[in-house]
Amino acid sequence: MRPAGRGEFDSLYFDYPHFDPPEGAARTRLTAPARVAIVGAGPVGMASALALAREGVSSVIFDAKPTLNDGSRAICLARETFYLLRRIGVLPAFEAKSLPWTTGWSYYRGQQILEFRMHDSEEELFRPMYNLEQQYTEQFLWEAVHESPLIDTRWQSEVVGLQDVDGGVELSITDPIETYTLRADWVLAADGAHSPMRRLRGLRLQGENYEGRYVIADVQMAFDHPTVRLALFDPACRPGGTVLVHKQPDNIWRIDYQLTEGKSEEEALKEENVSAAVASVIEEIGYTGEWKLEWWSIYSANTLALDDYRDGRIFFVGDSAHIVPIFGVRGLNNGIADALNIGWKLGWLLNGKAGEEILDSYTPERRGATLDVFDNAKKSTRFMTPPTPGFLLMRDAALSLALDYPFAGDLANPRNMTPYTYAESPLVENDDTAFDGGPAPGEVLPECRLDDGYLSDHLAPWFNIFCFNPALAGEIKLAFQDISDRDIQISVLDFPSKEAAHLGAGENSAYLIRPDRYIAARWKSAAAQDIRVAFNNIICRR
Amino acid sequence: MDQSDLETAYEALAQKIDSVGDEKTELYLAKLALLLAKEVGDLPRVLDCIEGAGKSLD
Repeated sequence: MRPAGRGEFDSLYFDYPHFDPPEGAARTRLTAPARVAIVGAGPVGMASALALAREGVSSVIFDAKPTLNDGSRAICLARETFYLLRRIGVLPAFEAKSLPWTTGWSYYRGQQILEFRMHDSEEELFRPMYNLEQQYTEQFLWEAVHESPLIDTRWQSEVVGLQDVDGGVELSITDPIETYTLRADWVLAADGAHSPMRRLRGLRLQGENYEGRYVIADVQMAFDHPTVRLALFDPACRPGGTVLVHKQPDNIWRIDYQLTEGKSEEEALKEENVSAAVASVIEEIGYTGEWKLEWWSIYSANTLALDDYRDGRIFFVGDSAHIVPIFGVRGLNNGIADALNIGWKLGWLLNGKAGEEILDSYTPERRGATLDVFDNAKKSTRFMTPPTPGFLLMRDAALSLALDYPFAGDLANPRNMTPYTYAESPLVENDDTAFDGGPAPGEVLPECRLDDGYLSDHLAPWFNIFCFNPALAGEIKLAFQDISDRDIQISVLDFPSKEAAHLGAGENSAYLIRPDRYIAARWKSAAAQDIRVAFNNIICRR
Repeated sequence: MDQSDLETAYEALAQKIDSVGDEKTELYLAKLALLLAKEVGDLPRVLDCIEGAGKSLD
């Protein structure tokens, strides 16, 4: 919502593009079959298309809207997401515009109880978190999508029907000119929390709704303050409530405040009430200059997910598959991780380089990541918006204790900043128990600073094998001689070296790393043929 | 902690509860429980105490 007198897309800082439906010559190709149809041109849909394009696979994206989304929405991009954005070739725009941060300051009744620092060190290429309004995320992705010859984006085009056909799905699409059908081999439903695709398939999200509701409001103000996350518990401006404050680019500040109990949503969302609430928060955080209200919305905490992210030839990606509370900032981050996960797997299948079973790993890996978020988010949500008298009393006890005992402040520390480990995935081999350190299969390859850059710089955007012994590398090359070096890259890292120590590796060790930087398998003392067997397992070509 | 120490703790608790007042007793006891849990430093013992104190409340 926006202040009176301003339209839905009348922003103080962002110029909304207008997208026409397909016109002219493009209309002659409307019904041409697609290998992959993507429903939804939000950040997850566009990231999916770019992930497929990275594998050389074409796609058609449909979106009912004529422009990008209406507000700043998901503003925190995690470190891991920056790796994914780098993989799909869009990172520079994000690095140039976003605001990196590592630190949070939490206050209870006006006194600071905690300064938390997310994991960061000189070994890391990226900071733990970056703030950026979602419109920019979408704009930067759109610039790459628009340029890609492999992606056909159709705006103002709504999917109104679905029919399973032999080896594919037939979609009915309505745009301002006509309704037509298009056959796709595979469909990615990235159409958001209210997913019409989910409804068309008769699927329901399962899980819990929480009581606490938050207003999220953006204001524009030239406040000279570092980029940290401010959390105000029981502040003078909102007695009994919780307030979160994030700095975004373009002097835009996100203020999230808990709705007072008993207040109706309608009442709370009135401009004068949002203005008054925001004014009191701004005063409390010490800003005295001019400010303007930009946009606001309401939000309640849910932990909801589909039981299976796949339905026939349709995969649910992002919010259409799972809704998580905002406190963990995993909604968009996990959505982009979903997109990149299905992207490389579907790409490898469609390029004839992997068996169809590779797709069976999508739900366990990505639904597992969602359930992991739920576990952490439940704790955070109960802390931010205590659901019962018991949780409220203990939350207040922890905050009150934290004023004098710092240990209690850690209970206010948000979690969930590390990527999920795919330990139980069919696309991950059992660990070699001979290791006594280093990252195990199912973990993301950890970063490490080297003389000439970072460990991740050694990764090609397909499969990678790290080994440390040139003779072993020669044997591995023989075992993989029928595989293109654009499908697997074999690198010999120094031994002994910092990176070898970092990986817990011996001179004859080897790591097999998936295109998404997850470790698929490792061997303390590797035999080339074992690596080949593991690779065949991962690509489902046994 | 011998009998005499326990008596001292018992009296100190009673006096503290009186001094914080009715309105803050609940918060005070919750803070104390959390602080003592941290001091005990042994989760199974803490969970046993949480269960144990909940018995025979009527």
